[in-house]
Amino acid sequence: MAISLTVNRKPRTVDVEADKPLLWVLREDLNMPGTKFGCGAGLCGACTVILNGEAVRSCQTPLADAAGKDIVTIEGVTASPVGAKVVEAWTNLDVPQCGYCQAGQIMSATAMLTANPKPSADEVTAGMAGNICRCATYLRIQKAIAEASKAISGAAA
Amino acid sequence: MNAVSVSRRSFLAASLAGGAALTFEAKLAFAAAPGAAAPAMLGVFVSIAPDNTVTILAKNPEIGQGVKTMLPMLIAEELDVAWSQVKIQQADDNADKYGPQFAGGSMTTPLNWLPARQAGAGARAMLVAAAAQQWGVPVASLTTADGKVMHAASGRSVTYAALAPVAAKMPAPDLEKVALKDPKSFKIIGKSRPGVDTPAIVRGEPLFGIDAHPAGMLYAAMVKCPVISGTLKSFDDAAVRKEKGVLAVVPITDGEIPAGKHNAVAIVGDSWWRVHKAREKLAVQWDTAGFDGYSTEGYAAQAKALLGAAPAKDLFKAGNADAALAKAAKVVSADYAYPFLAHATLEPQNCTALWHSDGKLEFWAPTQDPATARGDIAKVLGIDPASMTIHMTRIGGGFGRRLMSDFMIQTACIAKAVPGRPVKLLYDRTDDLRNDYFRPGGWHRMTAGVDASGALVALKDHFITFGENGKPMRAAGMLASEFPGPALADVHYGMSLLKTNLTTGWLRAPTSNAVAFVFQGFLDEVAEAAGTDLPSLMIKTLGAPRSFPSSDPDEPAFNTGRARGVVEAVCKFAGWTGKRSTTPGKGRGFGFYFSHRGYFAEVVDLTVADGQITIDKVWVAGDIGSQVINPMGAEHQMQGAVIDGIAQAMVWQPTEQKAGAITTENFGDFPLIRINQTPGEVAITWVVTDNPPTGLGEPTLPPVIPAIANAIKDATGKRLRSLPLTLA
Repeated sequence: MAISLTVNRKPRTVDVEADKPLLWVLREDLNMPGTKFGCGAGLCGACTVILNGEAVRSCQTPLADAAGKDIVTIEGVTASPVGAKVVEAWTNLDVPQCGYCQAGQIMSATAMLTANPKPSADEVTAGMAGNICRCATYLRIQKAIAEASKAISGAAA
Repeated sequence: MNAVSVSRRSFLAASLAGGAALTFEAKLAFAAAPGAAAPAMLGVFVSIAPDNTVTILAKNPEIGQGVKTMLPMLIAEELDVAWSQVKIQQADDNADKYGPQFAGGSMTTPLNWLPARQAGAGARAMLVAAAAQQWGVPVASLTTADGKVMHAASGRSVTYAALAPVAAKMPAPDLEKVALKDPKSFKIIGKSRPGVDTPAIVRGEPLFGIDAHPAGMLYAAMVKCPVISGTLKSFDDAAVRKEKGVLAVVPITDGEIPAGKHNAVAIVGDSWWRVHKAREKLAVQWDTAGFDGYSTEGYAAQAKALLGAAPAKDLFKAGNADAALAKAAKVVSADYAYPFLAHATLEPQNCTALWHSDGKLEFWAPTQDPATARGDIAKVLGIDPASMTIHMTRIGGGFGRRLMSDFMIQTACIAKAVPGRPVKLLYDRTDDLRNDYFRPGGWHRMTAGVDASGALVALKDHFITFGENGKPMRAAGMLASEFPGPALADVHYGMSLLKTNLTTGWLRAPTSNAVAFVFQGFLDEVAEAAGTDLPSLMIKTLGAPRSFPSSDPDEPAFNTGRARGVVEAVCKFAGWTGKRSTTPGKGRGFGFYFSHRGYFAEVVDLTVADGQITIDKVWVAGDIGSQVINPMGAEHQMQGAVIDGIAQAMVWQPTEQKAGAITTENFGDFPLIRINQTPGEVAITWVVTDNPPTGLGEPTLPPVIPAIANAIKDATGKRLRSLPLTLA
């Protein structure tokens, strides 16, 4: 059965099993491999996308649950002002090492800063604790979020 | 039931032999196009396009250690171009052309510091020679900068691009004789450069092995024998073949995958999600006889028994340790242990391969060691190594796991069964955690004697590790020359071996990540018994500057002067007083280690409250020679390695084995460190010495582990001698 959803502001229709996780729909059916597979169990955050404004684990989101929803992936994150600032901060601070987790980190950070543009240090660690970085780039992730937060608040003021 | 040997062929006829014609010109979407039309090659690494864009090939695998940026920096420096002109392209595997191309042992810097600069200087020499010829002036009258050659006397200048076609035909200079820059005039080396792939990473562009997508690609998932070294007895794939999207079922029983059998049945189809789901329909029987007795508990019990007996083999013996201990003013003895660990790269093991109709094999592989993989695949499949092309993708974490070739051999076996169709094998997380080349566990019974002056005078270690016939398995050994042995008159290091069915391998800072914990943790106990602190005991034991050769001829000597330099530097940096903590729950610990040619000393401050350990700050002093090539990359490696060490010390849980099988499921029972467990600060200072620069992927990691154990002792009075460190 064909299922329609919006990905990065574009309407998309896919005709695959309704229980196929959004992660694999993005990677296999929509040719958007920026969203990564890490654990398949919602434990590492590598597959994080933003669904109707909320960061979700796409490996745990059946396509049926994404039907009719508005999805933002790493490929389209800079379309939002917050996403653009997050990506800019990530680039300036050269956050990635291997880079594999970073799409998920950026999506989680974008969702967090969209909801809470000025998170405290504790709110940052709580908000980002679901995203594993095996290279442990956490110190730069913290710095990048602080920089993005400052840029967003500055832009809003 | 299918007999294994028959079924391999039967599926071929059934599914794909008559499949759609496909283009073999399968190219990755992310294969970078070379700069502009008709670039001129100057040597094997440098090409210059008409718009003066300089494309530099990065020859080594990028696993996040930054070599795709660092190696071209070395070439660009001596080529004398502006970094903004440089485009970087990943080279394919071709060691005959490019030299060694592995990512392991923190060896990229020491192996390439000179040759990469010579390659850049050689290309520059060809450009200068072309300008000299064109203008009819002596080479010595010309200078270069930012991709231009200048003649000061006449005020003329010309771009490299204008010279490149002529320069490319100039005789190649003798690279051993080509002049290199005075480090004082470096413009690129020593200046921070962000990772060359960072912009593509933050855009989510396909870069990694898992993102490879040659046209017409199929997907494969595997059902692995649950017991490593077990073999495939029989299987029934009738139900699997009825599943949507499944095109083929391929048993993998070929040969011996390096150092252990990894039998499996692969399911191939049009979607990884579909073939992975189809695994539950496979009926399969394995032969695990002889392997199901191996277990974590069993190893521990055997090790305990062995520790009390005499070592089966001597590793290092000097003087008479027992006699010296009998005379010592104080004797300290303690047992240390550490568990098996998986690598848990965040990108699960995967590989894409295409078996071309002419029998040639093409790979898109996240491999740390393509040359070894080439040889292993050739051996297992009985094919010519030269018939393979290996494209190296960016790698979502290596940590030593991808030095092994198993996942490439498995992919080659699958590709052979579906000729003409590229196929990507992808492990799921449980496959990945269970089918690893594990960091082997180990046990040490340490005994030391100190004399009345507080000097360490005798040392014994009975080391229990894994291996056979007197030989430790891969990454299961320790150096006979392990410090402080060579500095003492009376020493006995001995070893006894246990057997395992598991495959073992190199985990970031292999052997060092375990031995540092044991030796520096134990020496902290010795220091306490001697009425001093560990840095003071180290300085006393290191003595005058001298070199102890390594017992491994491939490893560098240990220089006590360089060791002392970082010990003193970190003490100064952290304000180490040697006084014990007087604040309950607050502790400070020290650790030193020399590995991968780097000397590192570290101090940890931590807090213990309600049984929870929080790392507050880590100070690092490092000596990697005369030059830090990319400071922002270096800092990143060191901070990452420190946090990785914290994870090994207190977050990661042992890889458990029961009845032969690894039982780890996912990141629930193999937790990785998270942002909320990260120290507030990892501060770094350098000790610059007049030695050739060495690598940073690994040597920062080992010292932090004993430093944490020693700080916990300081905070709580409790000496923890087994990893992971837990306050029960």
